[in-house]
Amino acid sequence: MSDKLVVQGVGKSFAGFKALDDISFSVAPGEFVALVGASGCGKSTLLRIVAGLETASQGDILVDGKPITGPGRDRAMVFQDYSLYPWLTVLENIRFSQRLAGNVCGETSREAENALERSLLLLELMGLERVRDSHPNVLSGGMRQRVAIARALLSKPALLLMDEPFGALDAQTREVMHDLILHILALEKGTILFVTHDVEEAVYLADRVIVLAPGPGRIDSVWKIDLPPALDRTQDLKLAPEFLAVERQIVGRIRATSGIQSDLKALKRLTGATSSRA
Amino acid sequence: MSGSIWTIRGRLDRRLYLAIAIASFIFWLLLWSAVTGLGLIDPLFLPGPLSVLNRFVIWLGSGDLLSDAGISCFRVLGGFLLSAVMALPLGLVIGAFRPVRAFCEPLLEFARYLPAVAFVPVVLLWVGIGEGSKIAVIWLGTFFQMVIMLSEDVARVPMPQIEAARTLGASNGEVVSLVLLRSAMPLMFDTLRITLGWAWTYLVVAELVAANNGLGYAILKAQRFLQTDRIFVGIIVIGVIGLATDQFLRWMHRKLYPWAGGRGA
Repeated sequence: MSDKLVVQGVGKSFAGFKALDDISFSVAPGEFVALVGASGCGKSTLLRIVAGLETASQGDILVDGKPITGPGRDRAMVFQDYSLYPWLTVLENIRFSQRLAGNVCGETSREAENALERSLLLLELMGLERVRDSHPNVLSGGMRQRVAIARALLSKPALLLMDEPFGALDAQTREVMHDLILHILALEKGTILFVTHDVEEAVYLADRVIVLAPGPGRIDSVWKIDLPPALDRTQDLKLAPEFLAVERQIVGRIRATSGIQSDLKALKRLTGATSSRA
Repeated sequence: MSGSIWTIRGRLDRRLYLAIAIASFIFWLLLWSAVTGLGLIDPLFLPGPLSVLNRFVIWLGSGDLLSDAGISCFRVLGGFLLSAVMALPLGLVIGAFRPVRAFCEPLLEFARYLPAVAFVPVVLLWVGIGEGSKIAVIWLGTFFQMVIMLSEDVARVPMPQIEAARTLGASNGEVVSLVLLRSAMPLMFDTLRITLGWAWTYLVVAELVAANNGLGYAILKAQRFLQTDRIFVGIIVIGVIGLATDQFLRWMHRKLYPWAGGRGA
């Protein structure tokens, strides 16, 4: 089977500053790939280029073999926060793409019926039935992100892009969301490109973790994660020695490439100076 | 001491808040009565509350007050609506598209500091002394501020709302009509509410210069006859109309946009 997404020699410069340099990788259909890296490595920029929200300075992005020219329905994106429409109810938010001409054009009544059925199904799957007619301002952060994910999944995108989707959630809610997303993906057979700064999250969710290094952003290493199938994963896995070993190695790579180290000599001088004064 | 009412930005019981507000109103009214009742100030400069009330009843009884207030409301509404109808679409495209902003901003920022009042002579020259001139003065005073504020409201729509729509396949036009307009609406409503207050300021200016009816004109005429109490009635009536519309619009904002916490809420 050919690759769902191909990133070929992508580079990006902002006003003389090189943010990304010669990034190449591909994602197979049904694969979950996570991008991690020290802050400033350009992982979010890379995701936004794939989404078509930013243009690459060099290189090509192919989705199903076709080069992308801008944002499109084939690549839905989930943002960290503030992406829901507060004036619409939960169900209306999920069905937002149905209001757009590109989706309504030439749509038969049977297709419309299917879309409605699918939105109700997603609502049920995400555990949002109770709040289907509520507005986002009364929802918890976790619920809001579930709405955002359901909205992105409605039109069956070829590729689901997620930009730190659980970054604004508390640790407990995040764990619930992890299992939820794994279950949904197992059923939906989606292909995911996921950006996070949380290595544990990346290892738990992804089939492959790509570590980016900053200055300029480039691929440092690629880690194949061998975990049981999505539906069999449980939170206990995060305590397994193999899991922790991979996590530690990836964290080590990020730390090594971040260029930030605590300088023990300087620290001693600092503490020495204050103690001599005291 | 976190329970103290003097905690910075602390809580205040709603009933206590209301009590203080009412006490404040009574305090100023009493002060006014005392100062005038004790003869500390010549009634020519500051008439007492009772003579103002008396004048109000006479003016109201003659039927002139209602017709003056009516014509003034009509002018304010006319000038304000003309501004709003022009400023809403312009503010929307300026807030949405950078090149439009680049084209309009220099002129708007300049026009914003032009004193609308100084344009009155030229407005009379252009529009004449009919109803058009009053509406034109109000338009001059409110339009430029309104466009800038409305474009800021649009610019404040969170980027993820726009980008989510684009990744769901929305065209530029759909982003403007289905996201920007809808998302910025509560803020824009607030902006219109605030600028409506300014329209009253420019109404009085317009009526002081060229009118033969309306509240502003009545104030000017009262000054000629040294009817200070009448001046006060005019000022208070304008204040009460302004306060009432403002409260009504705030109430409408809460009814129309229960999902949003407005600036003025």
